[in-house]
Amino acid sequence: MANDDIWILGINMTKFGKHPDKDVVDLASEAALAALADGGVTIKEIGVLAAGNLMGAAAGIGQQLQKQIGQTGIPVFNVANACATGATALRTVIMAIKAGECDMGLAVGVEKLSGAGMLGAGFGVAASDEWTPSGRYGAVSGFEGKLGTDMMPGVFAQVGMEYLHQHPYDGADFELFAGISAKNHFNSTMNPLAAIQKDMSVEQIMAEPMIAYPNTRAMCSANSDGAAAAVVVSGAKLRTLSKEQQKRAVKVSASVLTSDPYQEACQILPDVNTLTRVAAKQAYELAGVGPDDLDLVELHDCFATAELVHYDNLMLCSEGNAVDFFLSGATTRDGKTPVNVSGGLESKGHPIAATGIANIWEICYHLRGEAGPRQIEGAKVGLAHVIGLGSACGVHILEKSGL
Amino acid sequence: MAQQIPMVDYLVLGDSPHLVANECTDCGAKFFDRRNACASCGGTSFKKTDIATEGEIRSFTIVTAFMPGADNYVPVVVDLGGTSVRGQLINAPAEAANIALGQKVRLTTYSIGADTAGTEAINYGFEPVN
Repeated sequence: MANDDIWILGINMTKFGKHPDKDVVDLASEAALAALADGGVTIKEIGVLAAGNLMGAAAGIGQQLQKQIGQTGIPVFNVANACATGATALRTVIMAIKAGECDMGLAVGVEKLSGAGMLGAGFGVAASDEWTPSGRYGAVSGFEGKLGTDMMPGVFAQVGMEYLHQHPYDGADFELFAGISAKNHFNSTMNPLAAIQKDMSVEQIMAEPMIAYPNTRAMCSANSDGAAAAVVVSGAKLRTLSKEQQKRAVKVSASVLTSDPYQEACQILPDVNTLTRVAAKQAYELAGVGPDDLDLVELHDCFATAELVHYDNLMLCSEGNAVDFFLSGATTRDGKTPVNVSGGLESKGHPIAATGIANIWEICYHLRGEAGPRQIEGAKVGLAHVIGLGSACGVHILEKSGL
Repeated sequence: MAQQIPMVDYLVLGDSPHLVANECTDCGAKFFDRRNACASCGGTSFKKTDIATEGEIRSFTIVTAFMPGADNYVPVVVDLGGTSVRGQLINAPAEAANIALGQKVRLTTYSIGADTAGTEAINYGFEPVN
């Protein structure tokens, strides 16, 4: 291991789902303490902390967490980057270690979302007796239901449908997207940390209440509570630790964060494609691996319609061929490139700021050979992808320790 | 005729309602909001450009309305002669079987109601071209 390599030493995610008796600090503490224990270190060895809790972004979750698990005086970065908040916390810690500021850091993401309903709604514009233009569009009323939708299920439905416009598909679009969801729900039956563990057929998924065509409820990520945390260490530091720690450590071969470069239409419908493709390209180059080398992928299936486009964006298939790629069975557990063997956000749940680290936890779990019944046999390289609207995209490529 | 006000300031009312964009004079990128600078090239000079009123559906969804009495609605992204615009499909059933990607549509307007002074707010939508 080279001195300037970056490694995940310890990592943990809590069960996702309903945690009515725990607040965000309890959940963050649970994940952070477990990640430290998993890495065989304590808070005293941590040189930097980056933490995110999107819904409470102004409250300073990092310092709140320190007040429970250890006020050691280290620098804290409270980060907020939509659904990429967890990946951003991890990226921040990695940058601090790469910059030589310290040799070990902790990244934490936590959210409480149970019962939050649909996110992104902008029913907007204060009521007035007289129509009064306001905001950057001089609007006299909120956009929702008058000029489209800003609610996530509808935004991502349009993202998926736009792909089928660019790459026409003769079959039934509704059934196609429901099939992606069925794959992920099946995978969740092997993941006890998933919020929802229920095998659902394509027919059952299509019969669920429609939220925003073609996304039914089962095709939307589950609002849930949860936290995830990772201890990151430099190669130089890892070499001073035990053989067992070195063996379980997972190499971060690439850590990339992008925002969306300008494209025509990107301010009309969020472009989640370009920044993902750019991030993936950078990550493959940094890691010196290609899509064919990946043993598993956790990608941001906030909605079934999103998973399809990211097959293409992450270059898992040839350009324009995401539909055929899925229909070939390539992304099932036993396929060429298993995608979302955790059950994905549609069943595992999506506690926003935790998601970007939980995806990495899933990859590490397999690379360490510790995934039990859902182990992808012989997994050596994995990719974790997350996207936050606005937009921010995190791509991490992870590799099994050579020891 | 009662006073009218557009739903958004990029909608021009009158005999031939249409949308108007802020076009960057350096790179041609078009925007519908108030601008500080161009997100594509950083330029700070803009001119007003009329946008075509006919085009095709690039994407759509049908949002289920959960408020009692509210109707489902059909957000669309429409390509109007090379410029993408957001809006809703109107004057057509909100059913997937009746909406096609690539379908031709045209801009039309309708009232969303009058305020206490009697001023009607006029919104735009897109209706199928048969």
